[in-house]
Amino acid sequence: MTAAATYPTTTGLDGETICFVTRDQYISAVAALKDDGYEMCVDVCAVDYLGHPGRELPEEIPAARFEVVVNLLSLSRKQRTRLRVQIPESDPRVDSLFELYPGTEAMEREAFDLMGIVFEGHPDLTRILMPEDWEGHPLRKDYGVGRVPVQFKEAPGPR
Amino acid sequence: MSAGTRDVSDVKRLSELSSETREGPQEMLPRSATTSAQLGRESGAVLRLPEGHVLDPASLDVERPDDETMIINMGPQHPSTHGVLRLMLELDGEFVLRTKPVIGYLHTGMEKQAEELTYVQGATNVTRMDYLSPIINELAFSLAVERLLHVEIPERATWIRMLMSELNRVSSHLVWMATNGMDVGSTSMMIYGLREREMILAFYEKTAGLRMNLNYVRPGGVAADLPDGWEDDVEIICDTIEARTYEYDDLLTGQPIFHQRMEGVGTLSAEEALALGLTGPLLRSTGVPWDLRRAMPYLHYDEVEFDVIVGTYGDNFDRYAIRLNEIRESIRIVRQCLEKMPPGDYRTQDAKVTPPPRGRIDASMEALIHHFKLFTEGFHVPIGEVYTAVESPRGELGMYLVSDGSPKPFRLHVRGPSFVNLQAVPLLMRGGLLSDTITVISTVDPVMGEVDR
Repeated sequence: MTAAATYPTTTGLDGETICFVTRDQYISAVAALKDDGYEMCVDVCAVDYLGHPGRELPEEIPAARFEVVVNLLSLSRKQRTRLRVQIPESDPRVDSLFELYPGTEAMEREAFDLMGIVFEGHPDLTRILMPEDWEGHPLRKDYGVGRVPVQFKEAPGPR
Repeated sequence: MSAGTRDVSDVKRLSELSSETREGPQEMLPRSATTSAQLGRESGAVLRLPEGHVLDPASLDVERPDDETMIINMGPQHPSTHGVLRLMLELDGEFVLRTKPVIGYLHTGMEKQAEELTYVQGATNVTRMDYLSPIINELAFSLAVERLLHVEIPERATWIRMLMSELNRVSSHLVWMATNGMDVGSTSMMIYGLREREMILAFYEKTAGLRMNLNYVRPGGVAADLPDGWEDDVEIICDTIEARTYEYDDLLTGQPIFHQRMEGVGTLSAEEALALGLTGPLLRSTGVPWDLRRAMPYLHYDEVEFDVIVGTYGDNFDRYAIRLNEIRESIRIVRQCLEKMPPGDYRTQDAKVTPPPRGRIDASMEALIHHFKLFTEGFHVPIGEVYTAVESPRGELGMYLVSDGSPKPFRLHVRGPSFVNLQAVPLLMRGGLLSDTITVISTVDPVMGEVDR
């Protein structure tokens, strides 16, 4: 039995396993999967489901506005597993995977920068793509396109 | 106005004009202002320990006074940083102690833009990310959309996609050979690499009308059939480039100066590569035979013969040798595509994604409306989410696509291989010479368009 089987799972379109874990289970679930042969964390990203008509979630998982999606890869078994973690809008925090997979450093910084998810325990959670003094997190659905005047760092006048 | 007041206002204006720009915490800070966790990460100590994640503060040189070392800035306009990569380097004399890449200078918000463009327009957006391998970007996007749509692609379209992807891999690696040659001082390689690539770009122009950012691979197939006489063109490309890879051997592979710049420089172990999530030639140089074309075949890669090239030491020279030999392997695949190219349609006849032929638009009102709707509103994609990965010349290019049932993606996240691979730079440079930073950046081969997106 694989480590993933203890959480509600579905199968993705490519036959990959999708696990739904809560924030509390997140680190232990990833650690169990890592011991189970998932050598590489390929991708960490965040999705803002504000305004989405509805996604399929297992019954026991209440939907929240944000979702952190982690793609793990097992090179030995040629398998992928995806973890989807619900992150409430009021408290967008989740533990960092840095201790397990150091390669998530840049990906978590990107998710923080563009979506505003705070990864607890990350060694250097600063903006990575946007300028340091940028306001807001551009990939959020309530961050408009083309309505905000372009911010230049040294521009005079109100922001 | 007296001379005195003018002086004051000049000084004031000058100070307003020349205010210092800085990135704040994104920059590398002096040792005294850096936490030990952060210092450990920048020194690469996190990965050098056998446990993989335990940081031993004693192994870090935290107590070194700041005046013994020097933090210098390299880039973002430095010619050998391959675009707008900026590095902050802490130097002890000629040796690099810490490195911090500062990125974001080319950030154009492509993931946000993708949410505003329809699936029909989406391919033109993603093709600009990794501008050296546009076809492979489009392919990853199209495969993701088709997976959500459950659309079957005709055989010929699949083989055309493979042919074009492999030509793209050759052209991308040729640019790498060229710029890498330039970085180590072989200026003739720069000219040869771009000369050979020109043949492939000319073939692209003949087929799709454009040399780069082609928008050729689209959801539902490809934009146009191969031109008449394409077999001869491809054959000439294959014969010429294959013969010339042996000239590169004469020029670079056996050359002592090139060896000294490349061999044993910037070494990487397989554990480090896996922990950092590195893919592509970086991972294969450590001896891990991981190539998505072989391990998790997409298109018809399981029907062609090719070798996955691996290295042994994970150094610059291995990465050079892998890319040179991958050119040969890609040519081998192109030849097989040439042989096996089936007749048939180059795009699906599913009217949901494919516009009606031009001739019918003049004759039929329904066809005109259909064409108009497809290009203004676009097609609706069922609710769902999918992660599709293909092997780009730089590693695993993944597209995570979330659809809400509308004609525009709800969220498109791109897992750029360069973005992740760039994390290897501090590790590869640690303890090395300042002059080696150039070859290390070069062999990591980041394309900044993809790093920043």
